[in-house]
Amino acid sequence: MSSTTSHHEGKARATARKSGRKKGPTTAARGTPDGLPVPGHHLSLLRRMLAIRRFEERCVELYSGAKIRGFVHLCIGEEAVAVGVNQALREEDAVVSTYREHGHALARGVPADAVMAEMYGRATGCSRGRGGSMHLFDAARRFYGGNAIVAGGLPLAAGLALADRMRGSTRVTCCFFGDGAFAEGEFHETANLAALWQLPLLMVCENNLYAMGTSLAREHAQTNLAMRAASYGMPAWTVDGMDVLAVEAAALRATESVRAGNGPHFLEAQTYRFRAHSMYDPDRYRAKSEIEEWKGRDPLKGLAELMRSEGQLDDRVMEELDKEVLAEIDEAVRGAEEAPLEPVADLLRFVTSEPGSTA
Amino acid sequence: MSTRKAPTGTSRPTTYREALREGLREALLQDERVFLMGEDVGRYGGCFGVSLGLLEEFGPDRIRDTPLSESGFVGAGIGAALGGMRPVVEIMTVNFSLLALDQILNNAATLLHMSGGQLSVPVVIRMTTGAGRQLGAQHSHSLEGWYAHIPGIRVLAPATVDDARHMLAAALADPDPVLIFEHGGLYNAEGSLDETVDAVDLDTAAVRRSGTDVSVITYGGSLPKALAAAETLAGEGVSAEVVDLRALRPLDDATVMASIARTHRAVIVDEAWRSGSLAAEISSRITEQAFYELDAPVQRVCSAEVPIPYARQLEEAALPQPATIVDAVRRTVS
Ligand SMILES: Cc1ncc(C[n+]2csc(CCOP(=O)(O)OP(=O)(O)O)c2C)c(N)n1
Repeated sequence: MSSTTSHHEGKARATARKSGRKKGPTTAARGTPDGLPVPGHHLSLLRRMLAIRRFEERCVELYSGAKIRGFVHLCIGEEAVAVGVNQALREEDAVVSTYREHGHALARGVPADAVMAEMYGRATGCSRGRGGSMHLFDAARRFYGGNAIVAGGLPLAAGLALADRMRGSTRVTCCFFGDGAFAEGEFHETANLAALWQLPLLMVCENNLYAMGTSLAREHAQTNLAMRAASYGMPAWTVDGMDVLAVEAAALRATESVRAGNGPHFLEAQTYRFRAHSMYDPDRYRAKSEIEEWKGRDPLKGLAELMRSEGQLDDRVMEELDKEVLAEIDEAVRGAEEAPLEPVADLLRFVTSEPGSTA
Repeated sequence: MSTRKAPTGTSRPTTYREALREGLREALLQDERVFLMGEDVGRYGGCFGVSLGLLEEFGPDRIRDTPLSESGFVGAGIGAALGGMRPVVEIMTVNFSLLALDQILNNAATLLHMSGGQLSVPVVIRMTTGAGRQLGAQHSHSLEGWYAHIPGIRVLAPATVDDARHMLAAALADPDPVLIFEHGGLYNAEGSLDETVDAVDLDTAAVRRSGTDVSVITYGGSLPKALAAAETLAGEGVSAEVVDLRALRPLDDATVMASIARTHRAVIVDEAWRSGSLAAEISSRITEQAFYELDAPVQRVCSAEVPIPYARQLEEAALPQPATIVDAVRRTVS
């Protein structure tokens, strides 16, 4: 039953679901169990995307100030994918991510303080200072990283899904990866395994058109990724990754189907990173005009405009939202600055399990 | 096997292959989370026959045939371990494990540390290693020493039927990743299984033969050769102690050094290539820890530094043999 849907379909669904919503902000963050939006839903999506955007903008400053180091990959421009997909996931589901995972982690509910402290390499970081920007983990939230080997997390995701499948659980495992990862053998091995064993896996390809400096057309003989994924015998859809409502709708539809036991699904989110590949990248391979064009489709602006046109948002609410978000990030930075360093005496911890832990 | 004892009321004859199968079967019976996964482990019965009959007994869900996707299914084993299962992943040979090296090193061995202690990976990965069956270079290499280089995993090399029988249970009880290397030349080896033993530990090396003149330190497929050499040497009046490392990571230095304190001479037998080998590591540790105990330079018997050749005489010449071990011992005691 492989099919590809355009983002228009997703948008139509999302729009159709909007009737019945009340005006004004609420704290509700998720859709109702049947997937219908609750009041304040759009605002909550906007807030989540804004939190990621502001968090990463702060990372740029902190990086320039040498407060944080290492490879730092930002997802600015791609927030709608992280937020839209996570919206469709439940607490019991699992997420496997990449090195460009601040957005995935935050959208999954990993606290900003724990992520920021990790960037600072502090003891309170979500990986106790051993991971850094590329290796965020939160076992309690079933957030399994944080993998800097392109496509390296995909087989893990298949295994998590296999564990659920073998125990008859209806939990979903979601893995994020890029268009570059699609060229790795591990993508194809995982797609084959997942389809062969009908694993409850949602494969989300964030197609931002580039693998570092190599454009899609220079890395793939066939650039229709959904079509190739469908060839493994799994439903494969393409969605506008700049439209959070479209992503959410497509992800809900996909996760529902995965949960219903229909095996793995593939979702290609067509998106774009507004910034360079990493903080080290002079970004010489993309035309300024191309970047500007995509910035015109900023997912935050898009949702904000829709909300304004429907009277859900005005300058005052926007200012409030921004203030709240920035205050949280200030707090996270302050916390990280003050957090203790992981002691060097503990260098050799966590290489093997500590006494007392059992298999 | 040379350690073979006459069957008594407390021991029974078996092969290394059967001992492995018994260990697997017991693990599958005792814990529902355990499952076996790998190429041809099910219908075919395992490419070395280790899992023969298990599919019929446990079904295709738990004796799971995989496609030829070493990276994919090893990674899936790691993921299933993260997800609460106790997978035993079989890779046909260490040569093919290189296609999964990324998953083993960058994920299995690394996730616990990188996650600040949050994610332990209780996966067991079994594979065949070693030469001696004229299979040519791509089926004959001994790369377990490379894996022994990696912090975060345990590396085992059962050389006896008792270890083949019981190491799996101990490996499954370890919350961290364990790699088990089975030497291809041992599967048909017969030994006598000690029925008074129902568990083995993974932390200590074993003295398989006591001696006073030289310590022959070895593991896995080279153990029978070392024991054969010791037998020959005994006929010449040289008393060789044979130490079976059993675990290649972490290494049990204490047993090795204690043996050298008794014999004052060391010969290391390792089927891998000499340069940068486990034998080099052990030699170095002896120099660091037992230098003043030594009466002679440490000797190493390793494979010739060639891709292991096919032709019988070339292959035999490339590998450690009882005769080359005897020669090395003679050099140290003369
Ligand atoms: C196996 C591997 N090869 C190469 C790299 C170096 N590298 C890091 S990110 C990247 C590009 C990946 O592109 P894509 O999968 O599209 O993800 P994106 O960065 O666009 O999110 C490369 C080549 C790596 N980390 N791992």
